[in-house]
Amino acid sequence: MSTVDDLFKKLRADDKRAFMPFVTAGDPDVATTFKIIEQFDTIGCHLCEVGIPYSDPIADGPTIQASFVRALDAGFKLDSLLDQLPALTANLTMPIVSMMSYSIIFRKGLEQFVSAAKAAGFAGAIVPDCPLESAAELSAICRDHDFSLIQLITPTTPLERARKIAANTTGFIYFVSVTGITGERSDAPSQALDQIGQLREYTDLPICLGFGISSAQHIQAIGSAVDGFIVGSAIVKRVAKAKSPEDFDGISKFAESILSAVNNL
Amino acid sequence: MDNTLYLKRKTMNSSTGSPTDMVSVPDETGRFGKFGGCYVPETLVDALHQLESAYHEAINDSQFQQQLDELLTRFVGRPSPLYYARRLSQKCGGAQIWFKREDLNHTGAHKINNTLGQALLTMRMGKSRIIAETGAGQHGVATATACAHFGIPCVVYMGAEDVRRQQPNVRNMKLMGAEVRPVETGSRTLRDAINEAMRDWMASVADTHYIIGSVVGPHPFPQIVRDFQSVIGREAIEQSQTDFGRLPDTVVACVGGGSNAAGMFYPFVGHTDVELVGVEAGGLGNTAGAHAASLSYGEPGVLHGSFSYVLQDEDGQTLPVHSASAGLDYPGVGPEHAFWKDTQRVRYVSCDDHAALDTFQIVAETEGILPALESSHAVSAAMKIAAEKSADDIVLVCLSGRGDKDAAEVARLIDEMKRNSH
Repeated sequence: MSTVDDLFKKLRADDKRAFMPFVTAGDPDVATTFKIIEQFDTIGCHLCEVGIPYSDPIADGPTIQASFVRALDAGFKLDSLLDQLPALTANLTMPIVSMMSYSIIFRKGLEQFVSAAKAAGFAGAIVPDCPLESAAELSAICRDHDFSLIQLITPTTPLERARKIAANTTGFIYFVSVTGITGERSDAPSQALDQIGQLREYTDLPICLGFGISSAQHIQAIGSAVDGFIVGSAIVKRVAKAKSPEDFDGISKFAESILSAVNNL
Repeated sequence: MDNTLYLKRKTMNSSTGSPTDMVSVPDETGRFGKFGGCYVPETLVDALHQLESAYHEAINDSQFQQQLDELLTRFVGRPSPLYYARRLSQKCGGAQIWFKREDLNHTGAHKINNTLGQALLTMRMGKSRIIAETGAGQHGVATATACAHFGIPCVVYMGAEDVRRQQPNVRNMKLMGAEVRPVETGSRTLRDAINEAMRDWMASVADTHYIIGSVVGPHPFPQIVRDFQSVIGREAIEQSQTDFGRLPDTVVACVGGGSNAAGMFYPFVGHTDVELVGVEAGGLGNTAGAHAASLSYGEPGVLHGSFSYVLQDEDGQTLPVHSASAGLDYPGVGPEHAFWKDTQRVRYVSCDDHAALDTFQIVAETEGILPALESSHAVSAAMKIAAEKSADDIVLVCLSGRGDKDAAEVARLIDEMKRNSH
C-alpha cells in the first residue's frame, strides 16, 4: 500500500473526489516549485503530480513543453531535485508522484530510480511513454518497493486492453480524456465517461481524468463519475506568467477554485 | 524484380549469433536482440497494432506486391544501376569503388522506396491523411510525391533550420501540394520535427498515418521501413552476381537514422564474408554536441519510441548534435543498427564535415555526379577503405541520394572554411 492507495481509500469512505494539480519541477527553479507545492498542500489539494522536465516530450502540448525547456535551460538536474525533496515532503500532508519519460528512468537505472525516488518522498510515478508491453520490469520493481505505477488508458484503448492495463496498475488509473496531447480545451471532455463506465465493471481501482481539464465548469460537467481530476497546463501556464507574489497567490486562488468545485461534487 | 519472396519473413531456426538468427529479427515484440521495442504514449499503441497487422496482411497479398513492384519499376525507375566509379577509384588507388545509384531514383534518393509502400498501407488501413517528418527534405519530398500520386492530403514537419538549408526540397514539397510546417522548438532540426509529427499523430491518429522516414521509432516502423528499403540490397546482390560473378568485398552506407544503410545491409547480413561498414556524421569533432555519431559515441537509451544508441546526458536528456548534413543530424539511430553494432556484424565509423565536403567536390569533379552530402560521408569512408585494398577488390557504396539540394549550402560551407583557414 502506497500513500496513494491510502488517499483514495479515505476519499472513497467519505464519498469525495481528488484534485491533483500538476507542476513542472524546476520551472522557473526548484525553490519556487516547492513553494507552489506547499501552497497546494496548504489549501487541501489531495495529491500533486510533479513533472520531470524532458528534452523530447511526445505526449505534451506546447504549454508543458515550454515549461520543460525553461527548467532545463535553468539547469534542472534530477539528482539535485531528489536531494532537496525530503525537506519538502517531510512537511506535506498530500502525497506527490512524479510524471516523467521512460527515457530518464531507463538512463538512471530502473531499480536505482525507484528506490531513490521513494526515499526522496515520491509515492509513485506516471510514465506516459511506457505502455503495457514495455512496463513489465518497471512494474515488478515498483511493486517490490510499494511504489505506485500509475498507468494511462486513453479513448483509443480497446476495452480488453484497458482491462489488462488496469490489472497492471497500482495507485489509480490515469484516464486520458481526449485523443491528443496535454493542453487546455474549451469543452469538457465528457465523451470519455462512457468508456470509464465500462471499465468500472472490471476494476475497483480509482479512475482519475486528465488532459484538457482547466476549469471548475469542466469539473462540474464531468461530475462524480470519476475519482479524481488532474489539471496541468492551466497551472503551468499561470506559473510561466507569475512574476510577483500576487501572481503566485493567483495560482493558489485558481487551484482553490478547482478544489472547491471538486469538493462540492 | 519480384519482391514477394523477399518481403515475407522466412521462419528460421534460430541459434544465438548465427547468420540466420541475424536476419530473423525483430521478434514479435519488435526487439532486435535487446534493442527496439515500443515506448510511446498509450494513445498511439492501438494505431501501431493496426499498422502491424495491416503490414502483415499486405506482404502476404500478391496484389499488394504487384502494385508496389509496378510502382517501383514504372514510377521510381528501379532497378537503380550499379555504377563503376572509374576515375574516383583511380584517384584513390586500391580497390574498385562502385556506386549503387539510389540518386537516380525518382525524387533523387532512396526515400521513395519506403513512402510508396507506406502510402499503400495507409490506403489499406482506410486512413485519409498522411503526415511525415523530414530532415534533409528528401523524405518529405518522397512523402509529398507519394501523396500527390495517390491524391492523399499531406503535412510535412521540418525543423526551421533545415527549412533554411534545404530550400529546394521545401519548394518541391509545396509544388506537389504538401503543407510544410516549420518547427521552431528545440534545435529546430530533424529530432524536433519527429517530436512535432508525433504530437500531431497523438491527436489525429484515427484518420491519419504517420510515415516515418527512417528505421527509427516504435515497432513496427523499424521493420517496415527496413523491409521496404531492402530492395536496395536485394538488387545490389543480384547485380553483383551479374556484373562481378560474386558479391562485393565491402559494402558501405551512411547512417543517420539509418534507412538506406538498413536497406542496403539487411540482404547482405547473412552473407558473412561481406564486410559491412556504416558511416556516421563526425561533424566538427568527437566532443558532445559537435557530431551526430550515436553508435560511435552514444550509449543505450530510449528516444522517439525505441531503445537504441542515443546521444544523451547523464539524466537521459537528449544532447545537441551537429552535422553539415541535415539528413544525418539526428541524436539517435535505428535499433537494428544497435543490434548489428553489438553483434559486430557491421562496423561503424564516422566521417567529419570537412571530409564529407571534400568528397562532395571530388565525386563531382571525377565522376560528374553531385552526391548528397549524406552519401558523401559514405563515399569518403569507402575511399579510405579502398585505398588499403587491391585492384581486384570491390567496395560498393550506397549512393543514397543526389546532391542538387546541397549545392548552395556546400558552396557556402566551403567559402566559410576557406575564410576560417585564412
